[in-house]
Amino acid sequence: MNKEHVSKDQLHAYVDGQLSAADAMRVTAHLAVDADDEATVEAWRDQKILLHAAYDRQLDAAIPHAIATRLKSPSNQPFRRAAIAAAWLAAGIGIGIIADRQLAAPSDAPLALASLPQRAAIAHAVFTPEVRHPVEVGADQEAHLTAWLSKRLGHTLRAPKLAVEGFHLVGGRLITADNGPGALLMYEDGGGQRLTLYVCADNQDSGATAFRFAHQDGVSTFYWIDGRQAYALSGKLTRDALLPIASTVYRQLNGDS
Amino acid sequence: MPTEHAILAEIPRLRRYARALTGNDADADDLLQDTLERALGKWLLWRPGNLRAWLLTMMHHVFLNQLRHRPTLVTLDEDTPAIPVRPQQQDELDVRDLDRALGRLPPEQREVLLLVGLEELSYADTARILGIPPGTVMSRLSRARERLRAILAGEDRPMHLKVVK
Repeated sequence: MNKEHVSKDQLHAYVDGQLSAADAMRVTAHLAVDADDEATVEAWRDQKILLHAAYDRQLDAAIPHAIATRLKSPSNQPFRRAAIAAAWLAAGIGIGIIADRQLAAPSDAPLALASLPQRAAIAHAVFTPEVRHPVEVGADQEAHLTAWLSKRLGHTLRAPKLAVEGFHLVGGRLITADNGPGALLMYEDGGGQRLTLYVCADNQDSGATAFRFAHQDGVSTFYWIDGRQAYALSGKLTRDALLPIASTVYRQLNGDS
Repeated sequence: MPTEHAILAEIPRLRRYARALTGNDADADDLLQDTLERALGKWLLWRPGNLRAWLLTMMHHVFLNQLRHRPTLVTLDEDTPAIPVRPQQQDELDVRDLDRALGRLPPEQREVLLLVGLEELSYADTARILGIPPGTVMSRLSRARERLRAILAGEDRPMHLKVVK
């Protein structure tokens, strides 16, 4: 084969894996007999290796503090969510790595369950700082709220009553869960402390699971699956402070009541 | 509007690209932040599709804008203070050297080189993101790779780079 049969563009596409299998084989054969092009391809490949070796570590880097801080400034109020989200990204990467490991290793935790605390914690971090619009439908319209969310979730949702625990319902909102609609109910106590209950369908149909606990950057989350629904209760509380509240929620939602 | 989760998932890759494109952490953070702000302002215009390409398109426009207003963004000279990077192993490439080598490519060539070579995007996606014809992608890619090869080979200036395999 002589040089005219393989263009420079094809050499690039070969290096970048953007040739069809047949064309790639043709180029491979060509490189075996053309030392110049072979050296060129080798050099371009080395460049890609260098780029990844130098910059892939960025994928694991925490989001810089400067970004979070500047997005949080009062003049940037609409960007608060992004700032909080960015802060949560660092946590997300960590959890993502753990989730990947769980996939690789035999585990009794199905995928939906593995990502549940992360999703719940992100929702908590994004929505609880809202002052004017923490919820879409307020507790004053609780019947409407639960009917609406139940309809979207395809499952009867009851808002647990946490007065005994010192928390009252603020309201709720529709959110996007992994594979469809989810609901986020928000509670608040007299001191302004907020809890969120994240509810979504469990598409894996994992059956019932035990209570599980996760803690990341100050947010504690108890989560569980019952039937076809997944639940996660999150709050900036210690494990011991959140546990009795989570137990109450669990009993009310999953118990015989 | 894409879910927060989906956008969060794109940030590490945006950051990697921004870091390679700008050559230092501070400018990369500025580029990433401005891109996110622009994206936040334009979420209403987003249509379900390739979120990564959409965000990269936004980053391209922000990058051009920053170049226009801050020409120093890409003028990396030998006096540029070194960014402390701890080598992960002996003889590993010096990121600063690669930063400098990339900094000596024209920005439009660097964008193509990185979108294709680092972000592993298809030529078609690269053309769409940069708003240029596919043929221009190929010619810029070719020039960028040849120039970088010359720089790394020391023909352009002595560099201390080598691939660790």
